Amino acid sequence: MSDVLTIENLLFMLKGAGWGLLLALGAILIGGMIGILCAFGKTSKHALPNLIASIYVELFRGTPMLLQILFFYLGVPVIYQRITGMRMNANPYLVGLLALSFNSGAYQSELIRAGINGVDHGQWEACETLGINKVTAMKEIILPQAFKNILPPIVSEFIMLIKDSSLISNIGALELLYAAQVLGKQYYDYLSPLLVAGLMYLIITIFTSWLAKQMERRLALRD
Amino acid sequence: MIKVEHVSKTFGTLEALQDISLTIHKGDIVSLIGPSGSGKSTLLRCIHGLEKIEKGRILLNGEELNPDKPSFHALRKKMGFVFQHFNLFENKTVLENCMLAQIKVNHVPEEKAKSVAEEYLARVGLLDKKEVYPKKLSGGQKQRVAIARALCMQPEVMLFDEPTSALDPEMIKEVLEVMKDLKTQGMTMVVVTHEMGFAQKVGNRVVFLDEGSIVEENEADAFFTNPKTERAKDFLSKVFYL
Repeated sequence: MSDVLTIENLLFMLKGAGWGLLLALGAILIGGMIGILCAFGKTSKHALPNLIASIYVELFRGTPMLLQILFFYLGVPVIYQRITGMRMNANPYLVGLLALSFNSGAYQSELIRAGINGVDHGQWEACETLGINKVTAMKEIILPQAFKNILPPIVSEFIMLIKDSSLISNIGALELLYAAQVLGKQYYDYLSPLLVAGLMYLIITIFTSWLAKQMERRLALRD
Repeated sequence: MIKVEHVSKTFGTLEALQDISLTIHKGDIVSLIGPSGSGKSTLLRCIHGLEKIEKGRILLNGEELNPDKPSFHALRKKMGFVFQHFNLFENKTVLENCMLAQIKVNHVPEEKAKSVAEEYLARVGLLDKKEVYPKKLSGGQKQRVAIARALCMQPEVMLFDEPTSALDPEMIKEVLEVMKDLKTQGMTMVVVTHEMGFAQKVGNRVVFLDEGSIVEENEADAFFTNPKTERAKDFLSKVFYL
């Protein structure tokens, strides 16, 4: 085997994998909240929230994720300086988290909207006849049922995020793929680090799929 | 108790209800019957405010039920509604189904809500199913839970929208028995139904609708033995297979 694969170097890569996983976790949660808000906006009867949500979704779904990351890292500080006159040092991890979250929010809003529309209208009417208001109905009845239906695509979205977290290597944040490249450069051996990185990605994503299956099974016990 | 005054409702170009007037007294068990598309379900849904009426008004205990008025919410709570397709909350257990509105709407403490829910579940004979999710129940059991859920809100009137139409034949009776039991408690009921036996034996009045209008309003016995109108005679002759 190659000299690259020392315990120390493997830990270095694991740390990168940890960051990627952490960012993906944060982004799926924050993105989920943005997604719920956008889904409300899009299903709203009023024109303004509808318009804002639509523009948001088109903007973040219609431009490359890498562009968004670079924009937040390189573009936003410039805007900040123009407005306030002060310098801003963007933290690459924070920028990565925000960019991944905003992007995921756009995709998740569409999933959540489909999920909400997929819940039988009778569930709304039952709430109405019992005097349960719209917000409580959404929280207690509609969203939990929608969540169950959209869990598989949300898991796909999460797996995409784990892989897309590698894009933050472009702004100098340490993550798994970046770690592999650093080691490759250092040892003039790209093959082993890349193979190990691929294996780590696979372990994480396959474990995630397995976990999601367990969750689906538990939710299905109610059927 | 409920007064429907000159109510009209259209869906697009279809006139679902045309100038309907009807009075329901306390303790009445009124059966709304008629062919499909006659407007009986629409009328029931209008009474509960699930459909907005275009003309006329509906009064409950002398107060107007109007979605634009602040009293609407409180008035509406006096009516329970039972759907053809049950509409039990699928992500909640039977007990939770019966507790949710009590806690969230009437702000009943959880312990009290639970004992009320258990009381009504016992009354419909399903206390042993309280921890079960709706998908595990038969159609008849679902409808009995739906009735218990509505009763937990202590309504003064119960509105039933074809409560047995989605059931297997063998499960119809268990639901009708529960409704019959409600009669002995003096509950006022308005029932959209195709169960002529129930309308005749349990109900005391019949309102026969056709094409969005009330064709005949009669005492239940008189309606089935000696209908006043030709249209009702024709309907009954087609419904009963002898």
